[in-house]
Amino acid sequence: MGDYAVPAHFLLSHIVRNKIIKPKPITTKTIEIGTKYSPEFVCTPFKYTLGTMIEGIEEGANILIQAGGGCRYGYYAELQEQILKDLGYNVKLYNLVTAGTTDIKRIYKIMKEIDPKFSILKGIYYGSITKKMIQYMDHIDHYIRANIGFEIEKGSFQKLKWQMLKDFENVKTHTKLRRLYKKYKKEFQKIKTNKPNKTIKIGIIGELYTIMEPYSNYELERTLASMNIEIKRYTDVSYLLFQKHKKIKQYLKNTSEYITYQMGADAADNIGRAKELCIEGYDGIIHIKSSFCTPEIGAMPVLTKVCADYQVPIIFFSFDINTSEVGIQTRLEAFYDMLEMRKKNEKRISRN
Amino acid sequence: MDKIKIGIPRALHYYYYKDLWKTFLEELGCTIIISPETTNETLERGKKIANDEMCLSLKIYLGHVSYLESRCDYILVPRIDNYGTYEQTCTNFLGLFDIVSNLFTNKLLTYNIDEAHHQTEQNAFIKLGLALGKGKEQSILAYQNSKQKEEKQRKQKRKNEMKKLESNNPKLLIISHPYNLEDPYIGKTIKEILKNLQVEYINGEYLIDHKTIQNSTKLSPNLYWKYNKELIGTIEEWKQKIDGILFLTTFPCGPDSLVNELMIRKIKIPHLNLIIDEESGSAGIETRLESFIDILGQTTK
Repeated sequence: MGDYAVPAHFLLSHIVRNKIIKPKPITTKTIEIGTKYSPEFVCTPFKYTLGTMIEGIEEGANILIQAGGGCRYGYYAELQEQILKDLGYNVKLYNLVTAGTTDIKRIYKIMKEIDPKFSILKGIYYGSITKKMIQYMDHIDHYIRANIGFEIEKGSFQKLKWQMLKDFENVKTHTKLRRLYKKYKKEFQKIKTNKPNKTIKIGIIGELYTIMEPYSNYELERTLASMNIEIKRYTDVSYLLFQKHKKIKQYLKNTSEYITYQMGADAADNIGRAKELCIEGYDGIIHIKSSFCTPEIGAMPVLTKVCADYQVPIIFFSFDINTSEVGIQTRLEAFYDMLEMRKKNEKRISRN
Repeated sequence: MDKIKIGIPRALHYYYYKDLWKTFLEELGCTIIISPETTNETLERGKKIANDEMCLSLKIYLGHVSYLESRCDYILVPRIDNYGTYEQTCTNFLGLFDIVSNLFTNKLLTYNIDEAHHQTEQNAFIKLGLALGKGKEQSILAYQNSKQKEEKQRKQKRKNEMKKLESNNPKLLIISHPYNLEDPYIGKTIKEILKNLQVEYINGEYLIDHKTIQNSTKLSPNLYWKYNKELIGTIEEWKQKIDGILFLTTFPCGPDSLVNELMIRKIKIPHLNLIIDEESGSAGIETRLESFIDILGQTTK
């Protein structure tokens, strides 16, 4: 999923002795394969992951690991394993999360099954490095997202990021990792940008897979950056793994005038974020999800109401394998024009 | 003092808990208004309010809620999260209360069942009673009475359904959420067609008892949706006695999309997967059902 293949590969390659096959980036072919063997109206991430799995198996993988829970994600593994079996592949698929809860004992058992010599100390040690690595990556990503639209030399952020990920792969200790992070942070800050004082700021919220896998949202963030828009996005792996359980209570409290309960997956979180974005003065909100994502569909009427109350425009995008990129582009441009006009009007009113 | 009028939408939860609610609320001295059976108009009304990606059953639900608006003091919209970590419900059931409260201005009556976090059904009903201004003891008593009565009715239904299993006609087990099969808009035509074809159809929902959930783990060990678990448990339990299975679901149901697909891949009984959406006409359904029953008749001979 996005760049997170790097820390995942890092963790597994250090704690088990099996050969790890890195997933290839998602292409049209991946999606074609995935769609062919998926049920009709399952949500899109199912098709993407199934496609990636088949491609991985063709490269020689025979153990697949998946982590997911909260809505339909938690049940993917069982059906996907059956589909792969019916296709004649002899593989074992493990899901680290059951029924939306993470059971340490069960994970230990799974690791033992994968590699009988798995040592728990090693697991904890490299696990903690991986955790830090993900957090550092997300910090840097945050900075990049806010600035990439204004870089003077096109592609300089992306280039430096690839270099950073390459270096991250080879670290062995916490100190080394921290040093690298500090070094790259400085280098990122050195990249020259020409950020005007008043830029259009957009917050991106929505379903986690579509947000984090750039291919599945047609690289929406890059398109926005090319329009010189500053982006804020909340969902990343460090949020999902380490902050969600704390943040969700806060979000529920903040949005008590709209919702009382959690609504599954990230739906309630997104409502909290939408309100936060409105209060912080963002110019617009983009909500993206894969088609048929039930929790987000439930959140949509609430989001519309929040945004209407604060008078912040919101646009909904639903991504499927058949969604036309041109259509998204057109709607995005229209949305952008509208935001720009609003901004100008605001200025005029304040001048008078 | 006038009795409190409570509106109950005839959709989703209604088909699971109608007996329980009826006794409970009447014992606490409330009047119940149940929205009339689903018609085309209900769906149209629901579609206007709903988001177009919501599932058909939810659109129908919203149509019913919209009918009840201004006809009662409260509308009963429960939130049912889970009956334990491995017995969760669909995310629409989690979000239902908040969806309705944001789409309508009517006062809502609600209770929350979340047994993974110690919010049991009894607690929830006591709170419901308190919200109606009744005492704690009275609520407990009403809850226990209604639970007993519900249990009795369930056993009776199960007995009737078991009798059908002894029939000589082809026997078809229908795996479908009750809010789909028993809804007149979705399930009525199907039932009629099956009756005309002289098929003995068995409603999987009525066969459920306390052992059913354990049986489901044989077919799918990691499944964590309560309602689906119960339904597929009946397949495992009665597979020797039935000739075919009909999977009936609405478009685009989240849990069903995965569970039914897995079942179709695992079981070796003739089956038909029927997906109903807003546009499905009865003629198409009839043709498919007829040809399925034809095949069924040939295989059983």
